Amino acid sequence: MPQALNLMKESPSQTAGPYVHIGCTPNLMGIGGIYDTDLGSGPLYGEKAKGERITVAGKIIDGSGTPLKDALIEIWQADAAGLYNSPSETRGSADPAFSGWARCATDLETGQYTFRTIKPGRVPFPDGRPQAPHITFWIVARGINIGLHTRLYFGDEEAANAEDPVLARIEHKVRVPTLIAHRDGDTYTFDVHLQGEHETVFFDI
Amino acid sequence: MDNKSPETGAFFPRDRAWQPPAYTPPYKTSVLRSPQKALLSLNNTLSEITGPVFGHDLIGELDNDLIHNFAKAGESAIGERIIVHGRVLDERGKGVSGALVEVWQANAGGRYRHKNESYLAPLDPNFGGCGRVITDDDGAYRFRTIKPGPYPWPNGVNDWRPSHIHFSIFGHGFAQRLITQMYFEGDPLIWKCPIVGTIPEKSAIEQLIAPLDLANTIPMDARAYKFDIVLRGRRSTLFENRMEGN
Ligand SMILES: [Fe+2]
Repeated sequence: MPQALNLMKESPSQTAGPYVHIGCTPNLMGIGGIYDTDLGSGPLYGEKAKGERITVAGKIIDGSGTPLKDALIEIWQADAAGLYNSPSETRGSADPAFSGWARCATDLETGQYTFRTIKPGRVPFPDGRPQAPHITFWIVARGINIGLHTRLYFGDEEAANAEDPVLARIEHKVRVPTLIAHRDGDTYTFDVHLQGEHETVFFDI
Repeated sequence: MDNKSPETGAFFPRDRAWQPPAYTPPYKTSVLRSPQKALLSLNNTLSEITGPVFGHDLIGELDNDLIHNFAKAGESAIGERIIVHGRVLDERGKGVSGALVEVWQANAGGRYRHKNESYLAPLDPNFGGCGRVITDDDGAYRFRTIKPGPYPWPNGVNDWRPSHIHFSIFGHGFAQRLITQMYFEGDPLIWKCPIVGTIPEKSAIEQLIAPLDLANTIPMDARAYKFDIVLRGRRSTLFENRMEGN
């Protein structure tokens, strides 16, 4: 036998379950006094952050067309200059007034989620080509066995979207619009369809 | 955090045969919430290689003590006192420092403090049910809590969840993001649970079962359970060709 590679296996995922709020947004659930605030709540930007303030909102919709009222969404994005606020970002220092990360539970009555953020800049693909501005979404909920990764792209970035190397990888072009958020005023609407004719493109990244 | 060169490698692909598939009919809620089309495989870009950092200053004094963080002064949560500890590692076996670990659980009677919860077991006025901790330089973490009770749930007419603690873990890259559950050694309900059963392989399920750890038990006070968590590892970038200015 050759030597072992000594690699471990990733821990298996399990559903976040119906009570994910207790752990991730306890104040929202009326469990006060443990954490000052719910981590990742509120706008992603501070007062001094550069960039255009926008709202991103929508619903997560199941195979029957019903919005999920118990989902948790996290987003991760670059700042207005296209830099990530992360130690793994080696191209420069991101805007210190912009975190790049937030989390939001969908509304218990309506299923709506809302993020207040800035429009991200462009980030290069590994081969150096610019990607179109985008926001990474990570979605967990009861009934979702392993977190779903997808991306929001911006409907008013047609030229950038047309040359985006990730969107170009989508073989069935009719599915590209599932990743495009539509602008109305300062708000981009992005609904995620877990199943059905309009099933959102999810990534194995 | 430290003076090592930044971690810029892409993560190893997820082993989707080890992880639970999306569509698992015995867990009924998954039926309408599972994508049916193939996932689009994508080598990591900066958007997945990078991730947010949480500082130790986030953590309050009682954040890792679920016995006391919701209790009235001088009181404590009811139940079997336990310590849960372990390390967050990557697939190379290296400790993941600065990882944020958030946990939530039912009380000793199997009841959650939540608006949508309807189980008849009583709430414990001194138990909130959440805690959090950030791993040290070796990736180690620990918290104190009470052992959660099993509880019935609407799936089959007589389905019970084994005692479990929910874990949410942030590593260093957003592609490592993971939510899972910890089970307790010896619990017969583990092998009857449709949610546990979403994981295809027995050895993968066993990766989520924490053994009793008498060596870390505090005599006359609290038993210990050890629970290591493995996040995805990164490729080395040492001999990789890199684009100019990238
Ligand atoms: Fe649970």
